[in-house]
Amino acid sequence: MTTLHSVENRPALPQPRRRSPRKLRLFTADDWFSVIGAVVSSLALVEIGYEHMLDGSGTLGFLVCWYVVFLVLYGGIISLTNPRHIVLERLVTSTLYVAAAVVIVALGSTVIYTFAKGWTALVHSNFFTHDMSAVAPTAPLNEGGILHAIVGTVIEVGIAVAVSLPLGVGTAVYMSEVGGRGARPVRTVVEAMTALPEILAGLFVYVTLIVGFGLPKSGLAASAAMAVTMVPIIARASEVALRVVPAGLREASNALGASHWKTVRTVVLPTARAGLATAAILAIARGIGETAVVLITSGASSFLTFNPTENPMNSLPLFIYTAYVTGEPTAIARAFGAASVLLAMVLVLFVTTRILARSKAVTR
Amino acid sequence: MPRPLSPGLQASDRIFHGTATVIGMSVLAITGAIGAFLGYQSIPTLHHYGLSFFTQSNWQPELNKIGIAAVLVGTVEVALIAMVVSFPLAIMFALFITDYAPKRIKSWLVSAVDLMAAVPSIIYGLWGFFLLQPHAIDLARWLSQHFGWFPLFHVDTDANAAVWQQSRYTSSAFIAGLAVSMMAIPLACAVMRAVFDQAPLGEREAAMALGGTRFGVARIVVLPFARGGIIGGTMLSLGRALGETAAVLIIISPAYLIKIRILEAGTQTISALIAGNFGNATKSQLSALLTAGFVLFVITLVVNTAAALFVRRSRSGASTEI
Repeated sequence: MTTLHSVENRPALPQPRRRSPRKLRLFTADDWFSVIGAVVSSLALVEIGYEHMLDGSGTLGFLVCWYVVFLVLYGGIISLTNPRHIVLERLVTSTLYVAAAVVIVALGSTVIYTFAKGWTALVHSNFFTHDMSAVAPTAPLNEGGILHAIVGTVIEVGIAVAVSLPLGVGTAVYMSEVGGRGARPVRTVVEAMTALPEILAGLFVYVTLIVGFGLPKSGLAASAAMAVTMVPIIARASEVALRVVPAGLREASNALGASHWKTVRTVVLPTARAGLATAAILAIARGIGETAVVLITSGASSFLTFNPTENPMNSLPLFIYTAYVTGEPTAIARAFGAASVLLAMVLVLFVTTRILARSKAVTR
Repeated sequence: MPRPLSPGLQASDRIFHGTATVIGMSVLAITGAIGAFLGYQSIPTLHHYGLSFFTQSNWQPELNKIGIAAVLVGTVEVALIAMVVSFPLAIMFALFITDYAPKRIKSWLVSAVDLMAAVPSIIYGLWGFFLLQPHAIDLARWLSQHFGWFPLFHVDTDANAAVWQQSRYTSSAFIAGLAVSMMAIPLACAVMRAVFDQAPLGEREAAMALGGTRFGVARIVVLPFARGGIIGGTMLSLGRALGETAAVLIIISPAYLIKIRILEAGTQTISALIAGNFGNATKSQLSALLTAGFVLFVITLVVNTAAALFVRRSRSGASTEI
């Protein structure tokens, strides 16, 4: 009692100044200097040694040597003042930063290089509004375009999604909501078929529909093969999305007397909507980029067609591949233009998925 | 007699269950039929060529010489090179995301991995051929100059010549493997990151409280916990690398030789073999291609199933989705 009293009566002490918590990891000026010093001195050392002794084996070799020399120098410098486990920690940290930089640079260079090389084709407006009928691969870039390939991709992927989305989501509903004895073998087979290389899906459709039933090479055949690869992806991703729906929601719906169908229709599927959309978009992104399938099944036409059943139909990946194979500089420029369009489509889908995922996080 | 507690299914539910079962069963039937079809189609080929289908390295249908020895070796080579490159990068990038990266950029790095997985393989093929190859052949030459005594890195040309034959180093399994690794990294990294994130917080904090460094925590807590996820993710990406077509098709120049000189021009993989030869194949040749495809499917199936088992049986697999 007395102590409490005395505390209350004590004159106010100055509040401690520290607002943020103490930093757990300190990186002092000394540490900064040892990093910078090691970077600079290893660069200088490799610059001399590499050019004079190793006979200049290219940029990649230079970077590898620089990194190795840096590790040795940096380890040497910090081991002067630090115990062994700190030295190890620092070396691992620098290695992880370099590994992350390598991955980011690889990804960034892919995106930037594709757009940079595609730019020469993209600046011509006819590239988006014409097809390649009666245009030679060697023709200058202000003739012809990839409209037929864009239309072909949209139609083929559209049909494939229209077929595989109900099948995939239906399978997921069967596996996670209905269940029963059949669920296990279905799950096993669906998981196994995600291992099917896309080229085999294409070859399967080629052998059965085109050789076996005598159908022409067409957009429809390509869509069928795409659907074969998309159904397992959608089914698996949707099942994951359905499984994270809280069981309490289902129980609440059941307790209110809703039938099973009503529960699935009005509670489970709407709750999992974002996850299902993500699954669909993942599958679309995969389908858009599938090269092996369209190479085998659709046949590369050079003209615009909206009919997927009879004529060969071009698509962006196939256009890229066939243009690349010709080896002509203008054709390769077109290939990069088409690759930029393809990449832009994937980026748009990707950003859509991100936004959907974020809205899910907000509502949950 | 007591009233039955379960009133049975309503009509709407019976329709719903029936429809869902039909969809599930038809997907089972269709996808199962594909696997069965591939297996069935390969019977005549295996009957005709017997074991020589696996030991013959030539693919010359006009001479009745068909075998997948060389393409099988090529497939495995390309996939293994991709693994050697992608495994360390994937595990380090995953660990960087979960334990080392500043909090602000963590979600950006996760997005970068997802984006990397979404880029079409043909774009990686173009990237590998036009941007990477001119640099990679320098590295290949350097390796063959200094480690050429090792058969893996040997190249049949004078590496030390003043004017070196660049074309001997292009279109090799090495460069194809580098491009394929770009597709393997995001797949493996996504699984590993998810598993690293699940490492128990209490154990992490305990290790830190005992004075562990970040690497100490990773070595004692995170990596042992995530062993199943690491193996599973790697094998998943191996399955993808084995079946990769477009990037490989763009980069390699076909050569039907069993060769372990990975830096030298020319190799062939099963998927590239199919893509290159289906067009003018007769019926029996198609069957041979299907058989090669079936072998590839069996391999990827085994690899993927093993991956799933590893993830499921390890401690980290308790609540992991891959």
